Amino acid sequence: MVLDVKWALRWLTLCAQAMAENRVWLIELDRAIGDSDHGENMDRGFQAVLEKLAEAQPETPGAALKLTAMTLMSKVGGAAGPLYGTAFLRASTALGDAAEIDPGRLADALVAARDGIVARGKAESGDKTMVDAWTPAAEAAQAAAADGAGTVLGVLVAAAEAAEAGAVATEPLVARKGRASYLGERSAGHRDPGAASSALILRAAVGAAA
Amino acid sequence: MTVRLVVVSHSEKIADGAVELAAQMAPDVVILAAGGTADGRIGTSLEKVMSALDKAAGGDGVVVLTDLGSAVMTAESALELVEEPAGVLLADAPLVEGLVAAAVAAQGGADVKAVKRAAEAVYGLGPEVAAASRVLAESTVAEGSVTGSGPDFTGDFELVNEAGMHARPAAKIAGGLASLNAEVTVNGVDGASMTSLMTLAAGKGSLLHIEAWGPDAERALNYVGGLVQAGFGEP
Repeated sequence: MVLDVKWALRWLTLCAQAMAENRVWLIELDRAIGDSDHGENMDRGFQAVLEKLAEAQPETPGAALKLTAMTLMSKVGGAAGPLYGTAFLRASTALGDAAEIDPGRLADALVAARDGIVARGKAESGDKTMVDAWTPAAEAAQAAAADGAGTVLGVLVAAAEAAEAGAVATEPLVARKGRASYLGERSAGHRDPGAASSALILRAAVGAAA
Repeated sequence: MTVRLVVVSHSEKIADGAVELAAQMAPDVVILAAGGTADGRIGTSLEKVMSALDKAAGGDGVVVLTDLGSAVMTAESALELVEEPAGVLLADAPLVEGLVAAAVAAQGGADVKAVKRAAEAVYGLGPEVAAASRVLAESTVAEGSVTGSGPDFTGDFELVNEAGMHARPAAKIAGGLASLNAEVTVNGVDGASMTSLMTLAAGKGSLLHIEAWGPDAERALNYVGGLVQAGFGEP
């Protein structure tokens, strides 16, 4: 499996599909502890990404991710816009103009994405945010890439599984950042919508490489 | 010196309304609204913020005011992408009060850092901030100076205008002081803070006790005293 611009375009297309299919679920997660716009915003944002990609026809994975970043920041509207925008932007910078991505660079890009989200949102692990999906994902990706036999698919699978487990693990947490933190103890017992959509995005990356 | 302002809000109406309110106090300051999403929903848009920053460029710096969390994040993202981020500062202040204070300071000719400080000073609200800055000023004077720790200049002036100390007079005092190198208190509150001056709720006939420290202390005292005695140009 080669991670090139075709993979990136498949990934982003699968992201858009996942957001459309899970729109109502994300809205319900967000209604419980937020302002119920996450599903709507993510769906709209990734639909706009598909339109931009079709127009601009980027030639490298990094260029595709940069376009995605700018579009999400402009079209999503909620906090997810600048957070995912920064994540895709930092990942794009980590990839540079490489035509193909090797396991080490892939892990670097996922770490850069996580660092971007932390820098922008100033959340830490355990705050019940998308960081709780991205930090285990970035760490699992690094571990998988450090293994000499690690493949890009192996790195992606490790990241997606860790993100999914991280998202589920947000359920008992009390939110300390974002709109859900206004609810205090009442935020416990619900999965964080941002962590949930993060897991969808990383699962789509596996789907595009499979 | 013309610092410009950009307002980033989740709501187009909030951004436009805040700009309208501030413009009344600071008619010569360029204030741009970046509220709501490009398609008119609640949210913030990088495109709108970038476009406002682009239009605001070319003055003597830009101060950005924001409302809730993701407006701050969108503004920070925009700063990561603009060509000359050095002249653009984000103020951590309540949107409406901070914007009005910033606009008044900009109208008074304050530089970009002073405009940001004016916005953020509304958090401190008055006496404590003024007291803290007075302690600072006193310790500076006390070193190697025989003038002691009292203010450099003081004066008492009676409010003669019918409406007393309200928003416009407070804006005139705070706006003018922003461009002077002096610490000024009016009945104990920070004279450079419009909102603090308004908390004095001083009516016609009230006596204002002014204390001023620093290189421009005398000018500052004359400025405030002159305004008060002239009734701020009001009946």
